[in-house]
Amino acid sequence: MGVTQLLFWFLSLLALISALLVISSKNPVYSVLWLIMVFFSISGHYILLNAQFLAVVNIIIYAGAIMVLFLYVLMLMDLKKETEPQKKRWVKLAGAVAGGSLLLVLVAALKKADLATSMTQTREGDIGLIENLGKLLFSEYVVPFEISSILFLSAMIGAVVIGKKEQPPKSPEGGL
Amino acid sequence: MQNSLQIAWLVPFFPLLGFLIIGLGRKYLSKSLTGVIGSGTVFLSLLVSVWIFFLVKNENVHVAAYFNFISVDKLVIPFAFQVDALSSLFLLIITGVGFLIHVYSVSYMQQEAKEHFARYFSYLNLFIFSMLLLVMGSNFVILFIGWEGVGLCSYLLIGYWFKDNGNNYAARKAFIMNRIGDLAFLVAIFWIISKTGAVNFNEVFAVAQGQVEGKSFSANDITIITLLLFFGACGKSAQIPLYTWLPDAMAGPTPVSALIHAATMVTAGIYMIARCNILYSMSDVTQDIIMIIGLATAILAATIALKQNDIKKILAYSTVSQLGYMFLALGVGAYSAAVFHVMTHAFFKALLFLGSGSVIHAMNGEQDIRNMGGLSKKLKITYFTFLIGCLAIAGIPPFSGFFSKDAILLSVFEKNPVIYAIALSGALLTAFYMFRLLFTTFYGSFRGTEEQKSHLHESPVAMTIPLIILAVLSILGGIVGIPEVFMHNGEKLKVFLSPVIAVSTEHSVSHSTEYLLMGLSTGLVLVAILFAWNKYRNYKKITEKGFGKLLENKWYVDELYDKLVVNPILKFAGFLNNVFEKQVVEGLVNGVGRFVNYSSRQFRLMQSGQVGNYVLLMVVSILLLLVFQFYLKK
Amino acid sequence: MPINYYIFLSLALFCIGMVGVLTRRNAIIVFMCIELMLNAVNLLLVAFSKMHHLKNAVANASAGGDGQLFVFFIMVVAAAEVSVGLAIIVMLYRNVRSVDINFLNRLKH
Repeated sequence: MGVTQLLFWFLSLLALISALLVISSKNPVYSVLWLIMVFFSISGHYILLNAQFLAVVNIIIYAGAIMVLFLYVLMLMDLKKETEPQKKRWVKLAGAVAGGSLLLVLVAALKKADLATSMTQTREGDIGLIENLGKLLFSEYVVPFEISSILFLSAMIGAVVIGKKEQPPKSPEGGL
Repeated sequence: MQNSLQIAWLVPFFPLLGFLIIGLGRKYLSKSLTGVIGSGTVFLSLLVSVWIFFLVKNENVHVAAYFNFISVDKLVIPFAFQVDALSSLFLLIITGVGFLIHVYSVSYMQQEAKEHFARYFSYLNLFIFSMLLLVMGSNFVILFIGWEGVGLCSYLLIGYWFKDNGNNYAARKAFIMNRIGDLAFLVAIFWIISKTGAVNFNEVFAVAQGQVEGKSFSANDITIITLLLFFGACGKSAQIPLYTWLPDAMAGPTPVSALIHAATMVTAGIYMIARCNILYSMSDVTQDIIMIIGLATAILAATIALKQNDIKKILAYSTVSQLGYMFLALGVGAYSAAVFHVMTHAFFKALLFLGSGSVIHAMNGEQDIRNMGGLSKKLKITYFTFLIGCLAIAGIPPFSGFFSKDAILLSVFEKNPVIYAIALSGALLTAFYMFRLLFTTFYGSFRGTEEQKSHLHESPVAMTIPLIILAVLSILGGIVGIPEVFMHNGEKLKVFLSPVIAVSTEHSVSHSTEYLLMGLSTGLVLVAILFAWNKYRNYKKITEKGFGKLLENKWYVDELYDKLVVNPILKFAGFLNNVFEKQVVEGLVNGVGRFVNYSSRQFRLMQSGQVGNYVLLMVVSILLLLVFQFYLKK
Repeated sequence: MPINYYIFLSLALFCIGMVGVLTRRNAIIVFMCIELMLNAVNLLLVAFSKMHHLKNAVANASAGGDGQLFVFFIMVVAAAEVSVGLAIIVMLYRNVRSVDINFLNRLKH
């Protein structure tokens, strides 16, 4: 087993265990932390695949911004482990069974796919470098790039509007 | 037109037109107009019938086909009329007597309101139409259409005064008993179709005589078909066991009783058997059965008539009895004698009924002869014509009844002297009860109320003229059937009918025996009349006991039927209504509604508003989709 | 690494995220599990892009770039979506004083 394989298995195991812990932690803050762990392991996978730009972006955006946002909101709620509402046991069981069967079905279906044994290029390949990605982004995909900026704008406005506290209704002045 | 008899369609057309006009316009036409239209249409049919009769007499026989009534694969049933000797004779009887009764009815039903008066005449016209269809049909199906039609009109007319529930029950009884016979008739038709693939008389008779390649009747076939047809005739012509409807049918107006239950509908059975005489001659078993049933009916009805007290009921049982004689004739193979008796019976029975109608009219609705008496002084024409009718039915020469009844008795004697003896005794009973009726009603002193006595009057002209005409026919009607012993070539009717009814070989009885029989019957009848005269000319009311009571209660046959048949069926119907209908059927139907309600309530719970449930459902659905996509779609 | 392995890994992560969505009642945790699912998809996309690059690097130098740029855009959208979603959750908390998703059925009334 080469270093690559070893790293792959280690990172996969890490990701899976962290994900399981995310969904099963009672304390929501713990769930957030374990999710960050997942992101880190996935970034590890990216580095293994030599997708350097994405690895870093993943950490910055997901682990750095989105998870922090989650933590802020959690802190705002001030949730404690004891008051955390739990679903009924049979519902949890049903959910687990459903998810599990989905996994089984998909795995069984895709096992026989033609591409199954094609190799991915690990540790090498220029495509993951920021220079090449940037070239591709600003030549072919420049329109989606610009539109995504508009998307951000609308998201910002939306978030602000939704989050505003309601003003008490003004008393009407002079008839109507 | 290829044959002038093609206009035979006119004969039933006129009464049909009359039915439509009067029926649809019953609220608008005046009574006199209704009467004119109603009688006029039958008169026109009579004229065409006379014309047809003369054409047929000159050897012009024709099957007038018009269109195909049913045309399915190999079965083609044409709407066609068979114009030959037998049907033209019946046409004359139906339209002739029918016309007279229509005229009579105009006066008899005067009391009715305008639209009821019109209703009566529309039904009567419809009846004539159906009866004409019956005798003119060239195949079993058209005959059956007419058969059903007369059953329907009989129901409508018996229950004419529908406000009285008793009349409705009588009408229903008549219809249902008819229907039982009709079922047998239908089965016979199906049997014929399955064996021959055709229903036309000519074709069926050809097959029966073995003239058609590939198709034939076995002996069993013939017996079964003839028995079934005969059972149908039992229902229509009131033989044992389906005769109890006829006396009850007297609930209808008297002209209806005269037309339907004396002259025409009840003779439909005789017509049908006479038409199928080829089939019946081939089956000895059926003929014996017909003979026995006819004889039994004749005697049974005669005994019951001895002790009845309602004028119309006596005549009703008399009709049943005379029909028994006609069937007796058919049973011994004397088809033309039976038809002859149909003709003469139509004359004198219609006469008797119309006469009784005249009496009832004079007595202002009274029908019990125990409350009558001495009417001969006030109702002269009625009395005289009634007397003629009684003489005819008793069989006194030279009235028509003598010749027809004698023809029957002679044929019966040739077959079996014992049966002849029983039939002769029946004839004596006939004479006895008829003259009992005559004497009780018209002789002696009046036994009714004073008010009735003051109202006694002779009937108006419209009622007495038909009486007179019928009386004349009753006297002269025998001319067409004078036997060999009296006049050479006197059997005109037999000769006339010979294309349809094969003439058998000469009589096996010598002339002297014939004279002896005639003399015997006439003499005994006269004795019976004298006996009746002695007993009833000064009638006193008595209560019946013992055997008389049995006869008065009609041998309790109605009660027997009620117990055996009617009540079980009613109980069964009640069961079906209360248990089956209410619980099973309605439960099922309501159950569907309740089930839909319930399931919709259950489905509504799916819209719980719980996000978690929705997501779960989504996942499950996607799962199922994937499974389906990858594994089940090969 | 055969692509198979990445497919299975990604599927496992995706289904774990799915189970999390079905099982948890806290709206925020549910949201996080959705992010987990998105990440699983991202991983798979990057793996496929590398596979394509391996196959086609001779003919086209930037053969697998589409996959990685797609991941880039997914991240963009995820960020926007998180901000708006969390704003909604905060609104919900303000009105109901709880982030239990079962309380969303009040929208029905």
